[in-house]
Amino acid sequence: MITLKQHSILPGFNLALGFTLVYLSLIVLIPLSAAFLRTAELTWPEFWSIVTTPRVVASYRLTFGASLAAATVNVVFGLLVAWVLVRYHFPGKKIVDALVDLPFALPTAVAGIALTALYAGNGWIGQFLEPLGIKVAFTPLGIFVALTFIGLPFVVRTVQPVLEDIETELEEAAATLGANRLQTFMRVIFPVIFPALMTGFALAFARAIGEYGSVIFIAGNMPMVSEITPLLIITKLEQYDYAGATALSVVMLVISFTLLLIINLLQWWSRRRSSKT
Amino acid sequence: MSIEVLNLSRKFGNFTALQDVNLQVNAGELLALLGPSGSGKTTLLRVIAGLETVDNGQVLFHGEDATDQHVRERQVGFVFQHYALFRNMTIFENVAFGLRVRPKEFRPSDKEIQSRVIKLLQLVQLDWLAHRYPHQLSGGQRQRIALARALAVEPRVLLLDEPFGALDAKVRKELRSWLRRLHDEMHITSIFVTHDQEEALEVADRVVVMNEGKIEQIGTPDEVYEHPASPFVYEFLGNVNSFHGRLYHGRLWIDDLEIKTHRHLANDEETAAIAYIRPHEIEVLKADDDETGIAAKVSQVTALGPIVRLEVTRSNDREKTPVRVEISKEQFRELQLVKNDAVFIKPKRINLFSPSKEKIHISDFVI
Repeated sequence: MITLKQHSILPGFNLALGFTLVYLSLIVLIPLSAAFLRTAELTWPEFWSIVTTPRVVASYRLTFGASLAAATVNVVFGLLVAWVLVRYHFPGKKIVDALVDLPFALPTAVAGIALTALYAGNGWIGQFLEPLGIKVAFTPLGIFVALTFIGLPFVVRTVQPVLEDIETELEEAAATLGANRLQTFMRVIFPVIFPALMTGFALAFARAIGEYGSVIFIAGNMPMVSEITPLLIITKLEQYDYAGATALSVVMLVISFTLLLIINLLQWWSRRRSSKT
Repeated sequence: MSIEVLNLSRKFGNFTALQDVNLQVNAGELLALLGPSGSGKTTLLRVIAGLETVDNGQVLFHGEDATDQHVRERQVGFVFQHYALFRNMTIFENVAFGLRVRPKEFRPSDKEIQSRVIKLLQLVQLDWLAHRYPHQLSGGQRQRIALARALAVEPRVLLLDEPFGALDAKVRKELRSWLRRLHDEMHITSIFVTHDQEEALEVADRVVVMNEGKIEQIGTPDEVYEHPASPFVYEFLGNVNSFHGRLYHGRLWIDDLEIKTHRHLANDEETAAIAYIRPHEIEVLKADDDETGIAAKVSQVTALGPIVRLEVTRSNDREKTPVRVEISKEQFRELQLVKNDAVFIKPKRINLFSPSKEKIHISDFVI
C-alpha cells in the first residue's frame, strides 16, 4: 500500500490534514460541486444554448476583458505604490499605507455608489471628463474603474514584502558594475519581484471577475454593452431559472480556473528560475 | 592606481563617522582598514567607492578628483560582506553582468564575454559551477564568485567590505591566503575592511587602524604590531597586559614594584602612566638566579596547540590581577609547570604611555 504519510518529527499530520480536507470540502468543494450538479439537470444542447446566447457571450467578454485590463493597470500602479511605500520616507506615510487597505474593508456597494457619484456627468470628476467626450459612469469604462479600485490592495500587499526584502546591496552591486537605474530595475529587481507581481495580478484578476456590488451601480447594466456575467446570474436567479444561473456560473468557474492555472504555472516557472537564497 | 583621501568628514545625524581623515593608498598595494564596529572604516570604503557622499573633503583617483563622480563611472570593483549576488541569475550571468550592461559601443561580443567570464571563473577556481544558481553554492564559493564578478569589469581599484566576515573560521583562513596570492598575481590596488586584527596583519601590505572616525596609525603589519602608536592600537592588536602605574623621579612604579631604567623618564613631578606588556614578551623562570624576576604564582594553564597560555598572579599583588603569559609548548615542557607553582616572571619589553600620549619604549630596565 502506498502511504501518503511520511515520517516526520512534526506532530499532528493526520489531524491537520483531516481538518483541512473537511474544512475545504465544506467551504469550497461542496458548494462548487452543487453548481455542477444543478447544471447537470440540463441536457447538453440546452446548456450550450444558454451559455452561448449573444447577450451572455457579450457579458463574458466584458467581465473578463474589464477584469484583465483592471488587473493589468493595478500591476503597474500597485507596484508604483508599493515602491513608494517601501523606498521613501515622507510625512503621512502611515496614513497612505492604511489607505491602500480601504478597498478591502469598504462595502463594495458603498464603493460603487461613491464612484458613480464622482464619475457621473454632474459628479466632481465626471463634469470635467464629460466635455472631453469621456463618459465613465454607466459605460464599460466605469466597470473598469470600479474593478481597478477593488483590485489595488492585492497587488500592493503582495509586492510590498518582497520589495522590502530586496537588499539595497544588490542595487549598489549593480551600480558598481556599471548598470544604470533602468538596467538595475529590469535585470536585478524586476525578476525578483515578478512572482509576487504575478500573484498580485492573479488575486486582483480573480477578485474582479467575481465582483458584483460595486459594478452594478456604476455599470448602467445595459444588455450587450455594460452587463457583467455575475449580474446575469442574479437576473436568472430572480426569475427562478436556477439551472440557467448555475450553467453560467459553471462557465465562469471553468474559465477562471483555467486562467488562474495558467498564472500559477507562469509563477512556478519564474520561481524556479529565481529560487530564494 | 593610487588613491588619495583628503580631509574627509562625514556625519550621520549626530554620529561622526569620519573626522578629517587623510590617507594615501599606493598603486598596487593591498591595504587593510582595521577597527572596531563604528570606527568609520566601512564608511571610508564606501566613500572611496562612491556609494556614500561626503560632507567635506576629497577623494582623488590617480591624482584626479573623483569626489563627485558617480559610482558607475568610478570603475571600482566592490565586494560586499553578504556577497550581494543576483539570485535570479546563474553564476555565469552574475559574472557577465558588468559586461552585459555596458553601452552597445563598449560591449564585448557574446563570444568574448563567454571567454572572459570562463577565464575569471577559472581564476577563482569555480568554472565548474558556471550554470548553478547562487543559492546552490557555499558561502566561500559565493564570495569568490562575487570577487570574480567585481573583477570582470576590469576595475581600477578593488574594494572589499568585510569580505570574509560571514564565513566560518576555516574557510576564512583559506580565503584570505588565497586573496593574498591573487593580489600578488594581479597587483590591483585593493582596500579591504576588517575588524579581525589577525586577518589584517596576515593579508595586508599596510594596515590602517581606525577608531571613532579617525585614523590611529598607518603602517606595515609589523610596525603596527611591534610599535603601536597609541594605547588604543596596543589594546586592539592582539592580547596585552596593561598596568596602571606612576612615573616618579625617572622611575616607573606599578603598585610597590619599582622599575628602574637608564633613560630619563618624564620629569620629577608624579604622573600617571600605563604600561603595556604583550603576553609573549614575558619570560617565565623556575629559579630567579640574578634576582631580576618578579615572584608569581601560576593560577591557570591553557594549552592552545603550539602555544600554552598561562595566567599568573604576582605574589605582592593584593588584588591578584591575572597577568597573561604565552610560552611555547617546548618551554612549557621544560618548565613542567602545574597550577599553583611558584615562578618568576621577567618582562622582556615594556611599552609606556603617559597621559600626554607620549610613547616611551623601555627595554633596558631593572626591577
